[in-house]
Amino acid sequence: MKQLLLGAEAIALGALDGGISGVYAYPGTPSTEITEYIQKNRGDREQAVRSAWSTNEKTAYEAALGMSYAGKRSLVCMKHVGLNVAADAFINSAITGVNGGLVVAVADDPSMHSSQNEQDSRVYGKFAMLPVIEPASQQELYDAVRYAFDLSESLKLPVLLRLTTRLAHSRAGVEESATRPQNPLNAPYAPERFVLMPHNARRQYNNLLGMQGQLEEHSEQSWLNRLIPGTGTTGVLAFGIAFNYVMEVRQAFGLDYPVLKISHYPLPRKKIEALFSSCDTILVAEEGYPVYEELLRGYFGHNKIKGRLDGTLPRAGELNADSVARALGLAKPEVIPVPAIMVNRPPELCKGCGHRDLYEALNTVMSAHEQHHVFSDIGCYTLGALAPYNAIHTCVDMGASITMAKGAADAGLRPAVAVIGDSTFTHSGMTGLLDAINDRSPLTVIIADNDTTAMTGGQNSSANGSRLLDICRGLGIKEAHLKTIIPLKSHLAENIAVLREEIAWDGVSVVIAQRECIETAARKKRNPAAKA
Amino acid sequence: MQINIILAGVGGQGILTIAAVIDHAALQSGLTVRQAEVHGMSQRGGAVQSHLRISDKEIFSDLIAEGTANLILSVEPLEALRYLPFLAPDGRVVTATDSFINMVGYPSMEQILDELHHTNHPVLVNAAELAREAGNIRTSNMVMLGAAAPFIGIAAETQEASIERLFQAKGADIIAMNIRAFRTGQAFSQLQATAT
Repeated sequence: MKQLLLGAEAIALGALDGGISGVYAYPGTPSTEITEYIQKNRGDREQAVRSAWSTNEKTAYEAALGMSYAGKRSLVCMKHVGLNVAADAFINSAITGVNGGLVVAVADDPSMHSSQNEQDSRVYGKFAMLPVIEPASQQELYDAVRYAFDLSESLKLPVLLRLTTRLAHSRAGVEESATRPQNPLNAPYAPERFVLMPHNARRQYNNLLGMQGQLEEHSEQSWLNRLIPGTGTTGVLAFGIAFNYVMEVRQAFGLDYPVLKISHYPLPRKKIEALFSSCDTILVAEEGYPVYEELLRGYFGHNKIKGRLDGTLPRAGELNADSVARALGLAKPEVIPVPAIMVNRPPELCKGCGHRDLYEALNTVMSAHEQHHVFSDIGCYTLGALAPYNAIHTCVDMGASITMAKGAADAGLRPAVAVIGDSTFTHSGMTGLLDAINDRSPLTVIIADNDTTAMTGGQNSSANGSRLLDICRGLGIKEAHLKTIIPLKSHLAENIAVLREEIAWDGVSVVIAQRECIETAARKKRNPAAKA
Repeated sequence: MQINIILAGVGGQGILTIAAVIDHAALQSGLTVRQAEVHGMSQRGGAVQSHLRISDKEIFSDLIAEGTANLILSVEPLEALRYLPFLAPDGRVVTATDSFINMVGYPSMEQILDELHHTNHPVLVNAAELAREAGNIRTSNMVMLGAAAPFIGIAAETQEASIERLFQAKGADIIAMNIRAFRTGQAFSQLQATAT
């Protein structure tokens, strides 16, 4: 019988069955479940598969590249903005190439359900000049991961597998195929490829340029790119998951337009030329940025093309069958409107969460200051930006709380306060704190240590508790200004006193608010046997 | 045969448990399933929804198109209204009437009931009370599943088998309690359907 899997889980199962020796990742919605599935299901494999969380996407990527260097297959997973963090390693791994298959699974979040932007990772694929795979269904994800590993090994290049929220977080039946054993250890000395000094880098880059025709030929032959024949003068070029919406509309309305599905890049030129030559109008449906619509239109425009750039489809946000139906000229059905009494229900910090007590104390302290800016970061504590706390004033990218507070302190802002979680601190906060210490920028960093990566569902943090104190000491925080508080209502007065004192001090101080996430604690209680 | 279901609730109320039961029952019945769910920020007490599609044919879209949901199954009354544009003209709302208020401006129950009564023969369930009767308030999701069971297009026995499988690890007592809750919801729903 088929297994019911999330798209993210289908990738994980495909990778396990495809013979990976390890997965490397930092949690991030909507990519987290790939690694979690491997962590839960690697035990029944004959050969060990390593799967612990990495400190950030860059360390994850580089470790995956190292595993590939040693001849084994490795999977590295992240959300779209995580690829910004790993971009240095990603782009340069296209120049070195790989040994064992290396697949980079990146989950984009159009409509920004849980993200700060909707950047399209296919742009990174083009930028790195690597093959990109963008499957449309859960079954296709399973099959395509295995295909991507084979492709990666035969081309000796990393392969980017792009998916979006809707596919990552939707379940469907998936059929498993035969498992493949892991690769043996095989680490050839190849400094001419892996030492990217200019003389090697130039040659390697020329090789990559020279391979582009071959990559296009692979796309041309790929089972992932196929034409659904049809009649009429309007054709659709459907990329990745957009294919599903286009086919849904085609089926629901009994239409027969030809559809060229693209799930393997670079573009298969001949297939596209064939569609363009047989149609007067082409709707280009892409989930994410109009990356290929723009390319196909060209600077001077192409009067055949409709899509996101001319408003036929919305410029931003994820697609759906409704937007595709409107784009194909089908009338909007009459629907029951949302009643006028409807109110929004934004997310909130859980009842009993330690962040609530932290913000209550912090708000009391900051209210005494004329300038009460609080720089913050990415995690559950970001919800402190909403009512009733309205406690933080920035959230930009992982680690930016500390570095932005430092810059503001350098500009003369007093006090300069940063709130960052334990996992975000080890992800990208530590280096910024070192900058502040070296530069003597007066600032107070509050590490909200809830012992977990909570927002993504409670994954292990790279460091918490006493190790965070050790890290701060090691970076150069003085013992007198390294404080620990327990964010509980019963400690409110004491916590206010500690925060008030450290925020008033004209130097670099760290206050660690330590209390376990109530969700994680409850999970451990329900299931004590499970590893935290 | 194709059934489109919007499952609605508040993050943390456990609509994915309901989804898991239906998903598995549909697979057991040899049907195709697509079920999109929400992970991430909204799970922290925000509005959450799941699009669940069952068919005997291939399903392309993970998302339900506007005006094509056969059923809105909500565990919170205001949340049932949030997704009305998805409801098909002959679609039905099955919702718990236990409100979950964690924001300002929550409308009055009369206003909510008034809007619900504008829909096509809604099934309004005092799920918490019925769950208590069945043995535990925590089974209210299974009461709601039972109340929706007649409109899902899958045999009730298959749904019960799926409940059994889901709670297998928790022992016979928990299974029995959840089956009892399911049947309580089912009986309530049938009674309301005959009354209207």
